[in-house]
Amino acid sequence: MVWNELAVAAFAVIGAAIAMIGGGLGPAIGQGYAAGKGVEAVGRQPEAQSKIMTTMLLGQAVAETTGIYSLVVALLLLGIVNRIL
Amino acid sequence: MISNVEAILEGPRTEFTIFGLPITESVVNTWLVMAVLIILALIFRRNLQVYPDKRQNVVEAIVEAVSGLVNTTMGQKNKGFMPYIGTLFFLLLFSNLLGIFGLRPPTADFSVTIAYGIVTFFCIHYFAIKAKGWSYIKGMGEPFIFLLPMNLIGEVAKPFSLGMRLYGNLLGGSVIMAMISGAVALFVPAVASIYFDLFSGILQSFIFVMLTMVFITLAKDDDE
Repeated sequence: MVWNELAVAAFAVIGAAIAMIGGGLGPAIGQGYAAGKGVEAVGRQPEAQSKIMTTMLLGQAVAETTGIYSLVVALLLLGIVNRIL
Repeated sequence: MISNVEAILEGPRTEFTIFGLPITESVVNTWLVMAVLIILALIFRRNLQVYPDKRQNVVEAIVEAVSGLVNTTMGQKNKGFMPYIGTLFFLLLFSNLLGIFGLRPPTADFSVTIAYGIVTFFCIHYFAIKAKGWSYIKGMGEPFIFLLPMNLIGEVAKPFSLGMRLYGNLLGGSVIMAMISGAVALFVPAVASIYFDLFSGILQSFIFVMLTMVFITLAKDDDE
């Protein structure tokens, strides 16, 4: 194996890790914030619980999209590593 | 067991080819889901009565739940979407739940999920143009004509993000499940499977149909 290829593999792994750091932090904060606000809303209006729950899950799913993008990017990078090693 | 993870990352196997057209695992597993759904439908529709028995009660509860969801999300005048939304939900649900049986879920394949996303894309624009006509197409250039490319990119991004969300969740779930069952053999994979296969599968199919309904309603109905 050439050193060049090994360097590419190493940087691909580092890139995947960095992608997952960013992609894990952002959606986690966003989803936690949405869940906290959802709990507040249920505390204020317990009768609207099912509607609040649906809206909260929907918002969290949209917030999760960027995290999923970075997951796919990380998996693609690991695919490169697989092909090289 | 790392080889298992690699097999998942590599994408669906090609089972066989018809006239040079590769038939992948995703297609075969979708056929399986279709067969199960059709058989269930044939069983459940037999001798329906005015006074329902147990079996019919279950079916009526499911149908009422779906129709209630469509009514609250899309409004009373859009209740005609209920059969489509229900079909899409159960197709996605059964596809996602295939992971429990150790098969590769068809939705862990970007070609499949982007196809579902494109169906939603055409639904959105067909019904919007049918309801609003020329003013909908003109609305793409609002508030200034310079924002037209922005709006167009936003519209194209909708099916892409729908498909990517479903694909990423299912693929990530499959990879994590393969890793866990490679690391620990007993008990732990069963507990993890409840979250990664069952909960995530139900939630993702629900979110897909919810977003489909919201997008169609937003594009179609006037914002009063």
